[in-house]
Amino acid sequence: MILSATIEKTLCYHCGDECLTKDNTVEDKHFCCHGCKSVYQILSANKLCSYYNYNQHPGATQARIDKRFDYLNEPSIVSELIDYTDERVTIVTFYIPHIHCSSCLWLLEQLNKINPAVHYCRVDFLKKQLNIRFEHKKLSLQQLVELLYDIGYEPLISLQDIIKKQNAATKDNLVSKIAVAGFCFGNVMLLSFPEYFGITSFEHSFKYFFGILNILICIPVVFYSGWGYFVSAWQNLRNKILNIDFPLALGIAVLFIRSATEVFTRTGAGFADTLCGLVFFLLVGKFVQKKTYHHISFERDYRSFFPVAVQILEDEVEKPIPLSQLQIHHRMVIRHNEIIPADAILLKGDALIDFSFVTGESVPVSKTLGEIIYAGGRQTGEAIEMEVVKPVSQSYLTQLWNNEAFTRKQDNRMQTFNEKVSKYFTIVLLLIAFTSLIFWLPTDYKRGFAAFTAVMIVACPCALALSTPFTMSAALSIFDKNFFYLKNTAAVEQLARIKTIVLDKTGTITTDDNNDIELEATLTDEQKQLVYSACINSIHPLCRMIYHYLGCKERLPVTDYSEIPGKGISATIGKHQLRIGSAKWVFDNREETASSTRVHIMIDGIYLGYFAFEHHYREGMEKISALEPSLNLHLLSGDQDHELKELLPFFKDATRMHFNQSPQAKLDFIQSLQNNDDKVMMIGDGLNDSGALKQSDLGVAITDNVNNFSPGSDAILDGRSFDKLPAFLRFSKDTVKIIHFSFLISLTYNLIGLSYAVTGNLSPLIAAILMPVSTVTIISFTSIATHLAAKKRKLL
Amino acid sequence: MSIIYFLIGCSLLLAICFLTAFFWAQRTGQNEDLHTPSMRILLDDEDEGDDEK
Repeated sequence: MILSATIEKTLCYHCGDECLTKDNTVEDKHFCCHGCKSVYQILSANKLCSYYNYNQHPGATQARIDKRFDYLNEPSIVSELIDYTDERVTIVTFYIPHIHCSSCLWLLEQLNKINPAVHYCRVDFLKKQLNIRFEHKKLSLQQLVELLYDIGYEPLISLQDIIKKQNAATKDNLVSKIAVAGFCFGNVMLLSFPEYFGITSFEHSFKYFFGILNILICIPVVFYSGWGYFVSAWQNLRNKILNIDFPLALGIAVLFIRSATEVFTRTGAGFADTLCGLVFFLLVGKFVQKKTYHHISFERDYRSFFPVAVQILEDEVEKPIPLSQLQIHHRMVIRHNEIIPADAILLKGDALIDFSFVTGESVPVSKTLGEIIYAGGRQTGEAIEMEVVKPVSQSYLTQLWNNEAFTRKQDNRMQTFNEKVSKYFTIVLLLIAFTSLIFWLPTDYKRGFAAFTAVMIVACPCALALSTPFTMSAALSIFDKNFFYLKNTAAVEQLARIKTIVLDKTGTITTDDNNDIELEATLTDEQKQLVYSACINSIHPLCRMIYHYLGCKERLPVTDYSEIPGKGISATIGKHQLRIGSAKWVFDNREETASSTRVHIMIDGIYLGYFAFEHHYREGMEKISALEPSLNLHLLSGDQDHELKELLPFFKDATRMHFNQSPQAKLDFIQSLQNNDDKVMMIGDGLNDSGALKQSDLGVAITDNVNNFSPGSDAILDGRSFDKLPAFLRFSKDTVKIIHFSFLISLTYNLIGLSYAVTGNLSPLIAAILMPVSTVTIISFTSIATHLAAKKRKLL
Repeated sequence: MSIIYFLIGCSLLLAICFLTAFFWAQRTGQNEDLHTPSMRILLDDEDEGDDEK
């Protein structure tokens, strides 16, 4: 039965969605909607059909039809978006979320075949960006965006161009510094070998020459590659913080000064190779730690969700203005599928607002004239006119961002292990160094200084500084493989300390279309076809689910169709009268009593039964509730408590479930938990969770498509990996253990080195061996141990 | 053995040449997008004859 059903399905040639009607067919290719068909027609008219040869169904569904890019004529907006312009050409970079396969790459780089005014286009696949150079006299920016839209690649244009900003911020010259350090390290090693292997007495002039050369090569290492450590150590000292950069900077400085003195006084060979190796490995560690996800942004706020411009009515003429210029008393026009950017009063039209952005609730709410509609809702249906009552930044939703949680600096939420240890490490190091100096000073001052500097050199916490970045970056890539994207390496340690998990409901533990639909009626095929034909006219999510459930049918012509928001639809098909909707709508008087959502069907005045919609929770919810009692679990929902009974098994206790929470209340709840010294992880998905996500010790945004917008957070979790969350928590604890253990290993090496150093007999050879050996041990230990831990937790 | 001064000079000079080449590549953004070219090379070139049929 199931098998035959899957065979019958026709998939859209363009996007691969199931075709629900047979209306859109060209040359025996089926399309799910008119939009997909027209994309195909444009491509075939331009002989670009190879697009479909590289991958099956490469397109994005075009079911949504809202082509409004008028605002791109506004010079103030245009100048914000473009990278460069002169009299002839303009260069612009777009972020296009749909870029996902080689077909996309191919098509987007063929734009000039469709319009010759495009001179150059290059895709950056990982960043999902398209760089276009075009003649703006022949093709305006608006036309260009419309062209992209027509071929199914709508660029995402938002007020807060984070992706661009993020990429700009990461542009430091770390790679160049590593290149210089590596270059010097190699050369110094080569020049140091003769010394280690022994130089015969008649070759002694070389020794001095090699030494001088080594020191010369060290200069760029210290003053270019390693300079960052001095700056950072100095800044931290001024703020009275002893962090790991201080002993590192001290080590670099002492190594350089001692090597230079030894060489120039011809008393020894110096530690030039140790110095270069140290800086090189440290920088590599820094590089490894900096994992960047080019296509994911963790810093989004409401501005990325809101449109760039809005249409306002001025003297009965519509004109687009940038959102920043929107003021109180402006009359704005919001069309189908547009987002309301500011709190406003409804003046004209039928408002049916989908607040899924704000609350996660997917069923649209109807509003009456004169009602205030909060910003963040998406209008579905006809165009409405509204008067702005609050500026964009002061509205109900957006004022959340004025909370101190958003202005506070993020970094010092939790001290990492590395930070804590390095403070004591530095103190002990200085103590040992000075003790050995004082011990030798009365008898042999030369030996005293030798011991003092040797301690500084050998105890330089290179291995310690490397253990955290290497373990964490290995852990990050394991999380990454499991679709869990952490913002930075410190987030792993935060994850390990979590004591309480707070979950949002809608969108987090329930998913949009995972409702189970069940037909509690026996319908003939003809009746099914009638219901299908009526429901396909509606954009209401329940109707959508019903016609998806009924599958592909012949669509009958509908006469006399009407839809009352929040109630149901009535339609006349042929000779039949249909009423589909809530109990109130179908039976006129009775109130709904059942716990589940029901849609009743009445054909020709005969009640036939109903569709029941059961809420369905995300897979793995049982596993998360099994985390109790080692972790506390809370539910924090903006919804009513309809589902209290169904959720009770997961949360054990009704007092753990908090319904009807406003975005601000969510933030306050997290804060109250934290005041009791709890480390809180918040998992949410909507803009209404933004405050709680920001306030929590680790905010995790859950999303079913990582390229979609998710609120600002510390980590982004793909919905598919929700059931792996307990494994993630355990794995993060393992990671911290690995760091502790590698710290012990590096301490052992330091102790071995110190035993030579305090006597003042540290030879350059021992330092030159000890440093790389300890580094290699740490790197291999951390990567192997992390790998094994991941295997144990079944994450690999 | 004085030749060693010359040889070391040569080797350093050569190595510096490579380093500058790397810097140049870095500065002109050649290392920025390392993924897309690997995909682009797999796409067929559209020749004009193909276009006209």
